[in-house]
Amino acid sequence: MGSVAIPLEAVLQSLFGGEVEKESWRFIITEYRLPKAITAIIAGGGLAIAGLLMQTLFRNPLAGPFVLGLSSGASLGVAILILGAGAFGGYFSTLLLNEWSLVIASAFGSFLVLLAVLAVTFRVKDTMAILIIGLMFGSVTSAVVAVLSYFSKAEQLQQYIFWSFGSLGDVSWSGLGILSFCFLIGLLLALYQSKSLNALLLGENYAKSMGIRMKRTTFVIILATSILAGGITAFAGPIAFVGLAVPHLTRQYFNTSNHLVLIPAVLLSGSILMLVCDTVAQWPFHEFTLPINAITSLIGAPVVIWLLVRKRKLLF
Amino acid sequence: MVQDYSHRHSVLQTKNLSIGYSGRQSVTVGADISFELQEGELIGLVGANGIGKSTLLRTLTGMQPELNGSILLKGKELSQYSSLELAQQLSVVLTEAPSSKNLTVMELVSLGRQPYTNWMGALSTSDKKAVQQALINTETKTLAHRKCFELSDGQLQRVAIARALAQDTPLIVLDEPTTHLDLYHRAYILKLLRQLAKETDKTVLFSTHEIDLAIQLTDKMIVMTEDVTYFSDPCDLIEKGRFDSLFPKETIDFDKQTGRFSIKK
Repeated sequence: MGSVAIPLEAVLQSLFGGEVEKESWRFIITEYRLPKAITAIIAGGGLAIAGLLMQTLFRNPLAGPFVLGLSSGASLGVAILILGAGAFGGYFSTLLLNEWSLVIASAFGSFLVLLAVLAVTFRVKDTMAILIIGLMFGSVTSAVVAVLSYFSKAEQLQQYIFWSFGSLGDVSWSGLGILSFCFLIGLLLALYQSKSLNALLLGENYAKSMGIRMKRTTFVIILATSILAGGITAFAGPIAFVGLAVPHLTRQYFNTSNHLVLIPAVLLSGSILMLVCDTVAQWPFHEFTLPINAITSLIGAPVVIWLLVRKRKLLF
Repeated sequence: MVQDYSHRHSVLQTKNLSIGYSGRQSVTVGADISFELQEGELIGLVGANGIGKSTLLRTLTGMQPELNGSILLKGKELSQYSSLELAQQLSVVLTEAPSSKNLTVMELVSLGRQPYTNWMGALSTSDKKAVQQALINTETKTLAHRKCFELSDGQLQRVAIARALAQDTPLIVLDEPTTHLDLYHRAYILKLLRQLAKETDKTVLFSTHEIDLAIQLTDKMIVMTEDVTYFSDPCDLIEKGRFDSLFPKETIDFDKQTGRFSIKK
């Protein structure tokens, strides 16, 4: 793998069904680059929306899509699959490690954490408690992953680490169908909750006094976040910082707190940022592709620091 | 207690209300609380720290269930209201500041219209009119496009009251609206509340530690003491010596002539 220079003309021709000079170019564009670009748009936009939802629900500017422990859950699923595969022996490891197994394992992992968080949501009255419990789930799963890593062979560990780099390029068209479906459901749920999200900006008690049914609202917001973040993590791996940084960036340019405006705005900024990150990762005319998770952190962390230094306070 | 069933309409009425916390260990904070609040009245709720003022307000606003007795809001049991119906009858001003200080004053006050707007929260012409009126009534119109983090405590409190006004409910309940404010702003806010009650015919109930100011401005007062909760107009309460038992006598004394507390040296 690595970079291949394809002329713009050939790109357009392969996208719109014209004659292409080399058949391999068409293949690269339609089977590799196009799904990757769409995955980048969905991953960036979806994670950014999930981050916005969490920041408003927990009224905490440092909340992101993974505060509920979803990515740790996904990591655990994948860790058990890859690192545990050795323990099951050769036959199982070849059976387990096909194209879909990683997706299923990480989806299963985040789904289990989601169920746990939702069960807690129904029992605990305080929203902040949910935040802390989510973080605890995260710590526990990270610890289990660490223990598994300790007992694993080098090549398995490497495979796991490659997954944790995140990748936008491993999604096939059929996978993209499922991913788009998750994205659409999450987006619609978020938009449907925009009025409640606006009320939550005043705090939980004020929201209740204005007729918002808190339990139901909390449930739907967490469900939307889980579907978005869980789905994206399953296909693209854990991608850091986009969900945290993009809502803050967007608030700089859209002078409103209305979620009906912010949700589409954040979706747009997230997609653009992710496409830029992917372009950097896929540095043109070079022989290598950088891990996307590293690029988003390299770009995202300075952005957050810059916002803090300039504004001195992160408002949400 | 003087019962007055004249031409005015009852807005909030409690009968033998007990408040507190149920659970493994049931704690009764106040018992046998009975009062009736009328349209257009300004009512002050006073009592020492920890006596249960906040618990009473939380019970009256439906945030916490009552232990015993009944609460009638506009003649209907409070617990019978759906959350949306209640939001159209009762608005609150809480001690907590809005979580997001990034909201503009206009956005914050407009949120008060939520019980009336559609699922998107879009404001109709009448919603916008109500918001404008609330801004005018609280003299916050000039602040409309400022962000909340730019406001002083006094301005923020006026904006919080504007939001409750925009919610356009017959009853407004405020939890200690004068804390953190200087003397001028304390007097200003209480005067504003009185004016709102008289001009808009809304019932305004607030808890406060400003007993002196409350005696001068309110129509009725609820006085919570260790054992009994009294309800009457300020003059009657003074005459019957209800304020005397409010605080320990060896430290603070109430002067009936001036209606003020003085510290014993």
